[in-house]
Amino acid sequence: MIENLDLGMVNWARAQFALTAMYHWLFVPLTLGITWIIAFFHTIYVKTGSEEWKRLTKFWMKLFGINFAIGVATGIIMEFEFGTNWSNYSWMVGDIFGAPLAIEGIFAFFLEATFFAVMFFGWNRVSKGFHLFSTWMVAVGSNLSAVWILVANAWMQYPVGQAFNPDTARFEMQNFAEVAFSPYAVNKFTHATSSSMLMAAFFIISISSWYLLRGRHILMAKRSIVVAACVGLLASVFTIFNGDESAYEVAQVQPMKLAAFEGLYEGQKNAGLVALGWINPEKKVYDTQEPFIGFNLHIPGLLSLMANRSFGSFVPGMKDLVYGNAEHNILGAVQKMERGKKAVVSLDAYKQAKKAGDSAAADVHLAAFNTNKEFLGYGYLGKPEEAVPPVAMSFNAFHVMVILGSLFPLIFFGYLYFSYKGSLLEKKWLLGLGTITYILGMIASQAGWIVAEVGRQPWSIQDLLPVTVARTNLTAGTVQTTFFMFLGLFTLLLIAEICIMVKQVNIGPEEN
Amino acid sequence: MKDTPASRPWWGARIYRFYRDGFREMTVGRTLWKIIFIKVFILFAVLKFFFFPDFLATKFSTDTQRADYVIEQLTQAAQGSTQPVKGE
Repeated sequence: MIENLDLGMVNWARAQFALTAMYHWLFVPLTLGITWIIAFFHTIYVKTGSEEWKRLTKFWMKLFGINFAIGVATGIIMEFEFGTNWSNYSWMVGDIFGAPLAIEGIFAFFLEATFFAVMFFGWNRVSKGFHLFSTWMVAVGSNLSAVWILVANAWMQYPVGQAFNPDTARFEMQNFAEVAFSPYAVNKFTHATSSSMLMAAFFIISISSWYLLRGRHILMAKRSIVVAACVGLLASVFTIFNGDESAYEVAQVQPMKLAAFEGLYEGQKNAGLVALGWINPEKKVYDTQEPFIGFNLHIPGLLSLMANRSFGSFVPGMKDLVYGNAEHNILGAVQKMERGKKAVVSLDAYKQAKKAGDSAAADVHLAAFNTNKEFLGYGYLGKPEEAVPPVAMSFNAFHVMVILGSLFPLIFFGYLYFSYKGSLLEKKWLLGLGTITYILGMIASQAGWIVAEVGRQPWSIQDLLPVTVARTNLTAGTVQTTFFMFLGLFTLLLIAEICIMVKQVNIGPEEN
Repeated sequence: MKDTPASRPWWGARIYRFYRDGFREMTVGRTLWKIIFIKVFILFAVLKFFFFPDFLATKFSTDTQRADYVIEQLTQAAQGSTQPVKGE
């Protein structure tokens, strides 16, 4: 029961989920992205018949295999956590997530697993055409695996195509297409996969740059860089465009998240996007402190444009979303809490009436519940300010992602330009920067997930279920134990991956 | 040597040989498979078994009981819910 709720448990369970998700995400983007680039390499080999391209393809395939092997099954831990730490949530979303995740298991996994072996073992054993087809299918299968988990994540942020069944306490799917093709899901998938391609491009550039600085495998490194930089440039530009589209979607369905990651406390017309500024971490939505410490620079109208596709439009701030704004017809958390509490009371009354066998009363309470159910989650908030996510973390993560994301196309362009000019080997500064680009890409990618997941707090399902209700009633100690076990296991696996990867990079591609 | 259609082994045997030869020729792959097996063992035989029971599956035997429990959580949770705060 809530009176016995251990808030420490909720925080430890959150921390554990963040740890496993972020660790899992160390491997996923490389798998998603590099399979496409390897498919390009393999295609060039089949087209040219050049042994150098074959050597190059096999080398990157081997590094992909290491990443895949160390990363495989790390995602399953999150499913363990759902059942143990988040049992209410797990029960409530079973009907929605069951279908997408079953499709992932049946279709994408088998596609990936079947062709994976042919891709690695198929050299000189199957026809060149079938071998190449298998490599492409591994890329398709890997990315299809990502579709369904991202659809599930998108649904939590924008829960469409469902209806809550008060008898089973489950959200039941009403419209599969609405869930699978919601604009939020489409944006999430395109943003995650395109950013993964740029991450994979950086992986190749980092290692190839290191080879060039050392004067080793020069031809292979130069060829790898040209292909990776082409893919990376296109992917990074596309990521910026669909990132903007994602921000628009967030503004429509999660305005509080947008306000948090821009540090916007007071709603504004012609709202500016923060170009430079240090967020005040002590500021609360109800106080009069300045939102920024010291100098800050906003680009006028850009946030309005991003949020509503119009420079002069009004963007609600956190205060508007907490306390309401009648002028702009914005319902605040204060008003939503009233309706949410009515929904909870009606749900309880419905349950009691059903238990007593009073179907007439049950119908009345059900009708009352249905009137307010879209605000169900607000009924569990203790005070309206709880609807505000951690602002400083959301703001910092968002701006780190945006700043790095804006820099990436320039890096790819630089590599292509100096490769074209034939002077790449002389540009030691660029090659030096190139060796750390994979780390920069990883920082941006992880920051993106922090924006998505921290920014949507306190909700596990937007507006419907806060994390405090989604959890299992366990003690903090139980979760702490497994948190540290995972930390140890993950650290060991990461060390193993880095050691094996570094060894293979040192060995380099097989000689002819 | 190319097999003639008559001497070509059964497709099942060819798939078996394909995998067998592929595994035999692995170099770094052997280490990776060892890591995968150890990891999967730790995850399923240790962590899942001892530390991550499915709470509702172990505590209740029917879906009706599980639904009732979750509904109870949903209706009673509203009485004084608060968000976790920094440091807790």
